[in-house]
Amino acid sequence: MIVQLFHQMPVLVVILPLMAAPLCVIAHRALPAWLIHTAVSWVVFGISFLLFVETRVAGRVVYALGGWAPPFGIELVIDRFSAIVLLLVTGMSALTSLYARASIAAELPRERAYLVYAAMLLCLCGLVGMTVTGDAFNLFVFLEVSSLASYSLIAMGPSRRALLSSFQYLIMGTVGGTFLLIGIGFLYVMTGTLNMADIAQRLQGVAHTHTVEAGLAFIVVGLSLKAALFPLHAWLPNAYTYAPSSVSVFIAATSTKVAVYALIRFVFTVFGADLAFDSLPLGDVLIVLSVAAMLSGSLAAIFQTDVKRLLAWSSVAQMGYIVLGFALATGAGLTAALTHMVNHGLIKGALFMAVGAMFWRMQACSINDIAGLGKRMPWTCAAFVVGGLSLIGFPGTAGFISKWVLLQALMVDHHWLLAAAILVSSLLAVIYIGRVVESLYFREPAEGRKVARGEAPALMLVATWTLVALNIAVGLFGAAEVDATRQAAMSLLGVGQ
Amino acid sequence: MTDWPSDLLGHPLLSPALLMIVGGFVLAASPRQVHGVWLLAIPAAALALLWQLPLGLHGEISLFGFDLTMLRIDGLSRIWATIFLIGSFLSGLYALHVRDRIQHVASLIYAGAAIGAVLAGDLVTLFIFWEGTAISSVFLIWARRTVRAHIVGLRYLVIQVTSGLLLMVGTIIHYRATGSIAFNHLGLETAGGWLIFLAFGIKAAFPLLHNWVQDAYPEATVTGTVVLSIFTTKLAIYSLARGYAGTELLITVGAVMTIFPIFFAVIENDLRRVLAYSLNNQLGFMVVGIGIGTNLAINGAAAHAFAHILYKGLLFMSMGAVLHRVGTVKASELGGLYKSMPWTAAFCIVGSMSISAFPLFSGFVTKSMILTAAAEQHHWIAWTALLLASAGVLDHSGIKVPFFSFFHHDVGWRVKEAPLNMLLAMGAAAFLCIGIGVYPAPLYAILPFAVDYSAYSTAHVINQLQLLLFAALAFVVLFRNGWYPAEIRGLNLDSDWVYRHALPAMAARIHRALVATREHARAKLGRLGSGSYGWLKSHYGSTGALSRTWTTGVMLLWAGVLLALYLVIYY
Repeated sequence: MIVQLFHQMPVLVVILPLMAAPLCVIAHRALPAWLIHTAVSWVVFGISFLLFVETRVAGRVVYALGGWAPPFGIELVIDRFSAIVLLLVTGMSALTSLYARASIAAELPRERAYLVYAAMLLCLCGLVGMTVTGDAFNLFVFLEVSSLASYSLIAMGPSRRALLSSFQYLIMGTVGGTFLLIGIGFLYVMTGTLNMADIAQRLQGVAHTHTVEAGLAFIVVGLSLKAALFPLHAWLPNAYTYAPSSVSVFIAATSTKVAVYALIRFVFTVFGADLAFDSLPLGDVLIVLSVAAMLSGSLAAIFQTDVKRLLAWSSVAQMGYIVLGFALATGAGLTAALTHMVNHGLIKGALFMAVGAMFWRMQACSINDIAGLGKRMPWTCAAFVVGGLSLIGFPGTAGFISKWVLLQALMVDHHWLLAAAILVSSLLAVIYIGRVVESLYFREPAEGRKVARGEAPALMLVATWTLVALNIAVGLFGAAEVDATRQAAMSLLGVGQ
Repeated sequence: MTDWPSDLLGHPLLSPALLMIVGGFVLAASPRQVHGVWLLAIPAAALALLWQLPLGLHGEISLFGFDLTMLRIDGLSRIWATIFLIGSFLSGLYALHVRDRIQHVASLIYAGAAIGAVLAGDLVTLFIFWEGTAISSVFLIWARRTVRAHIVGLRYLVIQVTSGLLLMVGTIIHYRATGSIAFNHLGLETAGGWLIFLAFGIKAAFPLLHNWVQDAYPEATVTGTVVLSIFTTKLAIYSLARGYAGTELLITVGAVMTIFPIFFAVIENDLRRVLAYSLNNQLGFMVVGIGIGTNLAINGAAAHAFAHILYKGLLFMSMGAVLHRVGTVKASELGGLYKSMPWTAAFCIVGSMSISAFPLFSGFVTKSMILTAAAEQHHWIAWTALLLASAGVLDHSGIKVPFFSFFHHDVGWRVKEAPLNMLLAMGAAAFLCIGIGVYPAPLYAILPFAVDYSAYSTAHVINQLQLLLFAALAFVVLFRNGWYPAEIRGLNLDSDWVYRHALPAMAARIHRALVATREHARAKLGRLGSGSYGWLKSHYGSTGALSRTWTTGVMLLWAGVLLALYLVIYY
């Protein structure tokens, strides 16, 4: 029976969170709901790790839902590329589960906590589903599952402005989803199938029709919206700022990355790099937009006063790095994009966790509120410093590996100006991280503010420092990670050609 | 015995493991008067049988559709089975006075299962005996018959059975991937390999998977702890050596294992728990040896396991004797026992000197093999960690255990010397510890690989003596200066001082310097042009166009613009 279970691993990662979410609602209490969320997250992470190992050996794992053979049935496909994204999403969910208990108890009314855990599981289900599915329409469905869950999660934030932010996100997200659906519809019209591999095969004859080109445009814009690519990023800063801290951690580290994953999947697996990058100028547009995102996002981050908002703007900038690597459409570029997807997840996860811990202590997180916290919460603040160094790209941290790989990819094609843009953006990151660190360590708490003392709860610290340690581990032993992402990129290009 | 028919040898039923297990059941049914005879005779007979078996694979049977190999006799499995049987004999001698049928039965079956696992030639057999050790050993904890021991035992059982389940699932996946259940080198290349690795890791008490050792061992009975300390963890070490020799990850894991228990061992008050921590630290040496994976390193790991079982058993025996007579092994309640229990004190010191690797004691001739192997392969970080750990071992196991129980200030216990059978068992173990240290050739002769190694080179001896002298000096200096109070908790003062005093002082100084630099920089930068800053602020400040919250309409407009842009370009 256990062996049977192991054959079902690809579907289990989707089904388990989906089934567990209603259980959380039935449990109706914070503690059991949290236990369910934690247990399921870790189990799904364990399965993902096994799947990751399996794809390292076998290349890809295929699963036909309900035994219906593709292209008529829905197919789950996990290759080396999706396995890495899957590991990131489930790993972040597992760590967030440790972090969430104390953080949510402090930020939300007790009787609503179980809803957060249920919605987080649904969001996990959606993101995992997007990652493992091999069916275009199925991808849209999972995108909506994760999006709906995240609207409700953000709306549950402690401040009243959370509701408006969530509403704006809902409108933008729905438009994005609709665009994606229209794009998939166009493809369906031209090919009569929804299975990605099948579409790719049948597109060969009709690739240069206007319908397919319009389909590509709709899909790219729709997913750019979900990935918060400049100038479609405006929903993101508010959404991340006003969401509950543990929700910010999870969504910031995973959701936009999965959208980029879907974009890469569509462009390389379905349309093929030849069509998107050679016949049509997708790469040029994306390069311009990503450079604008890097510079504009970083500049905006410098002027923020709320630390969560500052990190959110920095995410807009960092998405620029990821999309830039992807837009190069070379093996090295894709490797860089994938590496930074993972590393940025680790970095932003650690930073949002540290800020969430400060919020837990101070009930606020503007730069003035956290002044002088360095002495009172040494571990939390040290975590922020290391995470910040990683974001800047300090050698010995994960961020350095990302930038190094990306710069190498740019140098190969002699894109000197783009390399310069990355360096400028990194310098801007020094400034905005520096502002926070300065406030933490060099400023005294404002007069008249109550001086709260003491570290964050142990589980929050454990989760935060696990991510910090991962940042350093990746920084010191980056070769293994880059090796994995390079293999993933190569497998993607192999499929795309 | 030598003229057994050769075709009978190698029959699956004629296995030392089954002999022990059956012996256990016979003991359960026999009258109390003959228990002592059985306890000593069965391990002795099994040992004789083991050495009658020729090298190679024996005892093939078919079960569940698999071809199982019950007996694999080669260098690696034979040395492990040998020391397990010697350990079983000594612990039987030690427990001779105990009038508790359950403990005797459990010890024999547990030992038999451990030997069966060591001799297993395939993963299914390994799994069966693996679970056997888990289920039989828990009775040694429950036999303490306290509520606490009952709860601890349950926790212990859950963890051990989990390890077994992981092994089973891993085996199935491994079988489907490779089509073989042979228990040879497994490696971490497959999902099954990882699961089996995790199963071994739990029993080998890898860092973060280790808590069950310190949780359960000190809660077992006087004799139970001695028995427990011999088998489970060393079985896991054997399994790692068989399946994962040369896996680099193990070097890191092992190095961490040697270092981190030291701090816990130093501040712990329960002396049996101190020994449990130091057990963990000693396992680390073996894990590093396996991770290095050269012939010398594997030899070192095997030899160290052999010596370790003897001296760690001896230390647990001596603390067990104290617990038996005094009723406590809390360091803060003991002292001056050498007057009442001189023999036990002497044997305990032999154990301490062995674990601290004094020349002429067993730890020296085995541990140095691992250190030499690490140096030969240029694993300098691991080598340094092992060296530091060696110094730490002296402080917590070498000095702390005998010093606080037998010497220090006399608390006034006046008890009888340990029972004769305990003294005999300790004496035999002490004899072997010194014997191996003085004349290691017989041990080297049964190691898995041919040995070309001499522990007693001048450099080794002098290095080790220096290390020991300075570690001992550290202890003496701290003690003489009264830097810790009479209670044991003060012992961690030396490391305390670093983070209570020195580091904060340094941090404050750096902080002051940075504040000064910052003021300086602000003054300089403030004078630089503010024109571009004003422009940036007007665009990106909280009300700037690119930074304030856009209305939903503007956001949608941009989505439309971008879509139109793409469509125009594509047409």
